[in-house]
Amino acid sequence: MAEATPTQHEPHPVVKEKKIIELPEHIVEIVSDSGEGAQKAGQTFGAISAKMGNGIWTVEIIPAEIQPPPRTITGASGIRIRLGSFYITNVGDDADLIVAFNEQVLLGRVDTGNLKPGAIILLENMWRTHKDPAIREAYTKTYDRLVSEGYKVIEVPMEEECLKYTISPRRGKNMFVLGMLCNLYERDLELARKEVYELWIKKGEKVADLNLKLFNAGYAWAEEHLDFKFRIPSAGITEPQVVMNGNVALALGIIASGMEVCAMYPITPATSASHYLSEIFEHVGGIVHQAEDEIAAIGFAVGASYAGKCAVTITSGPGMSLKTEIIGLASMIEVPLVVINVQRGGPSTGLPTKVEQGDLLAALFSTHGDAPKVVMACSTIEDCFYSVITARKIAETFRLPVIVLSDANLATGQQPFPRPRFSRDWVAPPIDQSPVPPGTKPYDWDPKTGLSRRIIPGQPNGMYSLTGLAHDREGKVAYEPWINQEGARSRSMKLAAFQKTLKPPKVFGDPEGDLLIVGWGSTKGAIEEAVTRVREKGYRVSALNIKFLQPMASGIKEILQRFKKVLCIEINYSDDPGEELIDENNRRYSNLAWLLRARFLIDVDSWSRVYGRPYKPGEIEQVILEKLKEIK
Amino acid sequence: MFGLDLERLLDVEEEYRRLEDYQGGMPRWCSGCGDNAILTAVQRLLRDEGIPPEKAVFVSGIGCSSRFPHYMNAYGFHGVHGRALPIAQGIKIRRPDLHVFVNMGDGDCFSIGSAHWIHAIHYNMNMVAMVHDNRIYGLTKKQVSPTSPKGLKTNTTPYGSYIEGLNPLTVTLGVTNVSFVAQAVEWIPDLLYEVIRQAFHHHGFSFVRILQRCPTYLPDIFDPFINDPNNILILTHENGLQLDDSLARIYKNQIEHDPSDIHRAREIASDESKAVVGILYRNENVDVYDEIRRPRRVTTLEMRKAVLEREFDKFAVNPVGGDNHNENDE
Repeated sequence: MAEATPTQHEPHPVVKEKKIIELPEHIVEIVSDSGEGAQKAGQTFGAISAKMGNGIWTVEIIPAEIQPPPRTITGASGIRIRLGSFYITNVGDDADLIVAFNEQVLLGRVDTGNLKPGAIILLENMWRTHKDPAIREAYTKTYDRLVSEGYKVIEVPMEEECLKYTISPRRGKNMFVLGMLCNLYERDLELARKEVYELWIKKGEKVADLNLKLFNAGYAWAEEHLDFKFRIPSAGITEPQVVMNGNVALALGIIASGMEVCAMYPITPATSASHYLSEIFEHVGGIVHQAEDEIAAIGFAVGASYAGKCAVTITSGPGMSLKTEIIGLASMIEVPLVVINVQRGGPSTGLPTKVEQGDLLAALFSTHGDAPKVVMACSTIEDCFYSVITARKIAETFRLPVIVLSDANLATGQQPFPRPRFSRDWVAPPIDQSPVPPGTKPYDWDPKTGLSRRIIPGQPNGMYSLTGLAHDREGKVAYEPWINQEGARSRSMKLAAFQKTLKPPKVFGDPEGDLLIVGWGSTKGAIEEAVTRVREKGYRVSALNIKFLQPMASGIKEILQRFKKVLCIEINYSDDPGEELIDENNRRYSNLAWLLRARFLIDVDSWSRVYGRPYKPGEIEQVILEKLKEIK
Repeated sequence: MFGLDLERLLDVEEEYRRLEDYQGGMPRWCSGCGDNAILTAVQRLLRDEGIPPEKAVFVSGIGCSSRFPHYMNAYGFHGVHGRALPIAQGIKIRRPDLHVFVNMGDGDCFSIGSAHWIHAIHYNMNMVAMVHDNRIYGLTKKQVSPTSPKGLKTNTTPYGSYIEGLNPLTVTLGVTNVSFVAQAVEWIPDLLYEVIRQAFHHHGFSFVRILQRCPTYLPDIFDPFINDPNNILILTHENGLQLDDSLARIYKNQIEHDPSDIHRAREIASDESKAVVGILYRNENVDVYDEIRRPRRVTTLEMRKAVLEREFDKFAVNPVGGDNHNENDE
């Protein structure tokens, strides 16, 4: 292998024959320094692939800083695109092919184990002849190492080629890369050019033209110099789709739900939902209010909702902690409210840009006292859209706060889903301003369901003063002990009444077997893919994704009981039972495992890690195979 | 008939209201509590202005004074300590038809809710904010407040409080977008009423600090002002307060102050040796957040659908060879 380390760059010969490699799926990554446009190239590549009927999932690779220093391992900014001839539900395992704008950001991916052994690396080679000897050395050292490790490293003169068309190739290289990929994956050229044109025409004909030239150059370079192509057949998807990330889906869900007020305070990774919403919300009479802090944001939302406009506040972990007191208020005063938590790594500032599912128990229990609320989770990007609509309805029907849990994986991942068909049932009805019959009580709790008619300011005869203090049916401060008991009971009965409307979740796989993997939220796709793989190997494993975490549907216990072992897999911390100090008296389980154990008295096991990234189906597969050994 | 609209006449008849129409539950404040005077002044105001009780919303935080909404016959929101202002803003943002009043104590507004206080002035939304400032924590039984004078012995400062009390007037007058600042004392009911009335008619965020006695925990704190009327400084102006003869005879310490003069207002506010009563500052040419952000038109279901379809179009990937007809077209 030592001979493959030339100190002088040999241009690739023009190839005469192409090897076409047909595969069911491929995972491509593009990494660069921040600001070099890798994400834009990847998103366009994903969109082209989706239009060609492939299943896709794209996820951004985000450094922690806005402008990390260039050419650093931790500064890798980019995108992963998984494309396949089937419906794709998650980021997949290790990458098959990576395009890197420099060798340092490449190392950022190699050293964190994101590449398959022997993966193809398309590497910008300008660094080999860089004027700084340190950079030249770093480059050749990395190149040699990767070649010796068995990667198929192909040096690409990106800068050199782009310089033929532009004096600032740093900003055009991404289209060159896109062209290269479109050649490698046999993308429809006409379609791809149209995408590139539409991407840039906003900036004028000249810019669009230049980018098309760069795209063509990349396409031609690959055609001339690479002796292979990949064929990933279409998944046969033909229905109209939309492709967006989870935060955009949440924002569109807010609009579709008819909510008019979104009060927020900037926090990663939730804020991009508000960015997008801010652009369009006013077109439907809505307002995105950036409040002075997280508490003010939820206070504002509660005020708006009390006044008849059901409102949403959107935040992430630390913001949830701050909002907790007013979530309790909303529960106590029975004002509808939707709270979206796009979870990130915690506790404290934790991992602001990275995924975790660590807020489940906090969502259920963090409020002081007993504050019944609904907690639901989004499992896919499509689900982000519909969950908000559902949440608004539940909040208004049952007069309580509904917490919607999304996470950083969904927030930045992109996945196509069937284009939603507008339904008037999505939208909140207009507020009722008719006079109420004199004597109507604001909390006239139904003895069975705890439900009561909601009165809104402005309604004649309805005047009352609501209070966060214990109160009676008239909203008056309760001084007698049994009234507090009655209020608490009524609020709890509403949850029970709502619970009666829930259907048990569907089991993925057979309804009984050896092992059931239980998850919630965004791990659904990866878990189901892993379960599919082990089932194909003949194992009796199924999966369950629980959408409503509080309350939980009837029938879940029966599902759990039909398996010899139940294992929760989720992205939050839990003790490893193999630890020297850990035993059944002190073992701390993952969030959902705690919950299932407490509710169903079933010996639910858990496996979890807080790597700050989504699970790969392959690692879940390994966990399943290990756990199966324990079942006899 | 005689050019009179009978229905209109009947309306007028119907809109006539009595003080009792605005009275809610029986106040449970201590006897001699200054909050009672504020309650009466506000009830008088609503009656005189003919405000339908269902169109008024009183928002409060937590504290003795925050029981205020319970004693009004109107809509009331007795929420969370320190957070009355954001809640009031949320109420107002899409309900310009509602008259929003906020009643807070000094701990509520100037301590736990101080961030919201500053930003409420800055947002400048249409509402009247009254701070019942008794310079002590009452409901939690005598702890030092941000406006307590230095040296005050309380349960948390048994050897006397350590730092000079905060001057809320100068703070308020220092915030960008400040629109209306006034001070009143609850023991001069006519002027209290007049200050609140002017605050009510102001276009924007009206901030009224009301010096209010706590007979239980700090009964003597305002004695210098009560015992000697000359320690009350009345601000008069044709755009501010005008005293009738009987009051003018008692409160001789008057100065003419033009409420449009913010520099003079800050000077007056800085001198705490006298209790200022009157309109310190008034400026209606300030951005009003709820008006700026008011929707331009009513959104129909069709408009909402059109916006959503347009957005879906932006994200559409219609696979090649698929049925790209938009089936959403009705």
